[in-house]
Amino acid sequence: MSPKKRRRLYFAVAVVVAAGGAAWLILSALKDNVIFFRSPSEVAALHVEPGVTFRIGGLVATGSVAHGSGAEVRFTVTDNKDRVPVVFRGVLPALFREGQGVVATGALDASGTFQATDIMAKHDEKYMPPEVVQALKKSGEWQKGAQ
Amino acid sequence: MIGELGQLALCFALALSLVMANAGIMGAAPGSGTARHIAHGAAMGFFVFIVLAFGALTWAYLISDFSLRTVADNSTTLQPLVYKITAVWSNHEGSMLLWMLVMAVYTGAIAAGGRGGERITSAALGVMGLLAAAFLLFILFTSSPFLRLDPQPFEGAGLNPLLQDPGAAMHPPMLYFGYVGLSAAFAYAAAAMIVGDPESEGWARAARPFMLVAWMALTCGIALGSWWAYYTLGWGGFWFWDAVENASLMPWLIATALLHSALATEMRGAFRTWTLLLAIAGFSMSLIGTFLVRSGVITSVHSFASDPTRGFFILVLIGLAVGGALALFAWRAPQLQRGVAFEPVSRETTLLLNNVFLIASCAAVFVGTLYPLALDALTGQKITVGPPFFAITFAPIFFALLALVPLGPRLSWRKAELKEAMRPLYPALGVAVLAALVVLAVLTPRSLAGAGAFAMAGWLLATSVIEIRRRKGARASAFAAAIAHAGLAVSLLGIAGTTVWRSEALVLVGPGDKVNVGPYTLRFDGTVRSDGPNYRASRATIDLLDGNSVAATMHPEQRIYNAEGQDVSVTAIRTTGLRDLYLALGDDRGHGRWTLRAYVSPLAPLIWLGALVMALGGGLSLFGRLRAKATEPKAAPAVALAAE
Repeated sequence: MSPKKRRRLYFAVAVVVAAGGAAWLILSALKDNVIFFRSPSEVAALHVEPGVTFRIGGLVATGSVAHGSGAEVRFTVTDNKDRVPVVFRGVLPALFREGQGVVATGALDASGTFQATDIMAKHDEKYMPPEVVQALKKSGEWQKGAQ
Repeated sequence: MIGELGQLALCFALALSLVMANAGIMGAAPGSGTARHIAHGAAMGFFVFIVLAFGALTWAYLISDFSLRTVADNSTTLQPLVYKITAVWSNHEGSMLLWMLVMAVYTGAIAAGGRGGERITSAALGVMGLLAAAFLLFILFTSSPFLRLDPQPFEGAGLNPLLQDPGAAMHPPMLYFGYVGLSAAFAYAAAAMIVGDPESEGWARAARPFMLVAWMALTCGIALGSWWAYYTLGWGGFWFWDAVENASLMPWLIATALLHSALATEMRGAFRTWTLLLAIAGFSMSLIGTFLVRSGVITSVHSFASDPTRGFFILVLIGLAVGGALALFAWRAPQLQRGVAFEPVSRETTLLLNNVFLIASCAAVFVGTLYPLALDALTGQKITVGPPFFAITFAPIFFALLALVPLGPRLSWRKAELKEAMRPLYPALGVAVLAALVVLAVLTPRSLAGAGAFAMAGWLLATSVIEIRRRKGARASAFAAAIAHAGLAVSLLGIAGTTVWRSEALVLVGPGDKVNVGPYTLRFDGTVRSDGPNYRASRATIDLLDGNSVAATMHPEQRIYNAEGQDVSVTAIRTTGLRDLYLALGDDRGHGRWTLRAYVSPLAPLIWLGALVMALGGGLSLFGRLRAKATEPKAAPAVALAAE
């Protein structure tokens, strides 16, 4: 092998190693950081492990919102079939209302309560989070024009 | 009347862009001077008609002509003058017309500048003509801003309140100068492939001013978007790895790679085909970004177009532009390829590594952004990719890149001595180690990542200073790289400061309650109603205490806009330049009690200052080139650039 060819080979190997390393890094990070969306019925059916981060979406159950100490707030998310209790410590979106759509990110604790780190309501009055629409459709509780 | 004039101007512009495409590409053949003249004329005519169309729409906004649907939807007579103008591009239709205006400016610049030889210029105009025609068809068939409304409403609906803000108003034009600037680089690359013979060698030099402008505009546009998100969203963060943000970051990463690779092509004739491919990739990323933002596949402030035909049209456009360019590449690139030898230790190698790292970081962002969309489209499974994904993948790749940044400008082309090049940089290594040690010793909480970031910033800043001193007395453009690289360091300091050492308080406060956050003590004095013309607002009064006296008073606000039912948090930020005290009023919990978010973000302003410094570096390089061209057309560029 001439020196020029050898150098080219080294370059090729270096590029393959770098690309492989980057691909491995990206794929392994992806595996651990995919956040699934679950409706309350799916949470009940799938027995989601405590501590696994996911997003839950549905309606804020009527009459379920209670303020705790400090900035803590408790409520229940429902798809009108199953219910999941949620605890959140933080600022609620201004359009967070009972009976309205909500999507929360967080994880279940050992007692089965969803510890939310982030709450999203719709950002305007016309908008229903698409995930919530899908969850309601799945549970058969979606009514056209209900939003 | 004005609407019809605008529509008519767009139709004329379409006809001229087709002429430009045809004549321009014909003019790429040797000896077709007539075709070139026609292409130039068509380019100038195209520019004039697009300006007329844009002017017509702006006029309609200024006189509040609500017979135009877009005006009725996005403006009111009560809107301040400046927001009547910025409302022009606050919606899908108008922003596409802004896109055309920017494209017309670049087309005019290509025609007037005429760098890189007649044939290249002509072919580049031809490609711009093709792109312009495609976008004009898109506008005329799916998104005309000149559609009439009957009956005409008495009053318009008004501009989205989130967009009634200087940052949000300037962000789209900036970003478009970047996105569309990459289309000019793309046009030059395609032109080089169309022309194909040795005459095409100068394309990288001819395209460089466009790459520089595009890159500077993207840098500023992204920084503006991030700054806007910081002060309006009330979450205290500057970057959320949101799909829309990523859509602007990906073209920036490719544009940065392109700037560096094109330098090697221009100066040494190295990486010829690779640079062509990057020019194609850069514009593809602009189009993909536009698709993500405009097709409604992502719900965000930007997704006003949920008309599926538009998304489909953009997808077809991406397919044609990228597919066509790649086919041209497969056909022509082998003829342009010419091996240029360089040693493993050389400036070429550092530029190669720069490209490898930038492409890898772009790939990480690409996967994280598009994987959820692809999965949703294929399986209906709704997932998101959390911000930690980007932190784990993007950060280490970019960090590795930063470590190598100071080396590039030190090494000579083709063959360099690493030891010799490193010797003047030893003091910078000392600065880096010192910075890390000081950070570990002084700042709490103790953070290895933070110390690493400060060491890296110290390394970059110190090497930039050494570079600048070495080149004392040279032309301004000789400092471009050192300044742009120093900008990276400044941003890095800001990012590290806010990410690692931010203190925050999330509290429920009633009147008279005190809150401690970082070194500050705050007292909440309650809220008052303070309604505006089109919103209800609660305005808090919060005193910043110094001992027992009041040092300052801040007023964060919570607004709900009546028409849209949208809630907007108006944050109160007090900055020393090196530290932000950031207050966002949360929600009303009854009995005069509110949730309040308070952040103390050390070094936060540096994030955006760094971006400005980077853009300044780009500006110096651009200025140096344009001046060199103006004074000594032939010899000067090489001299000015030898230093870069």
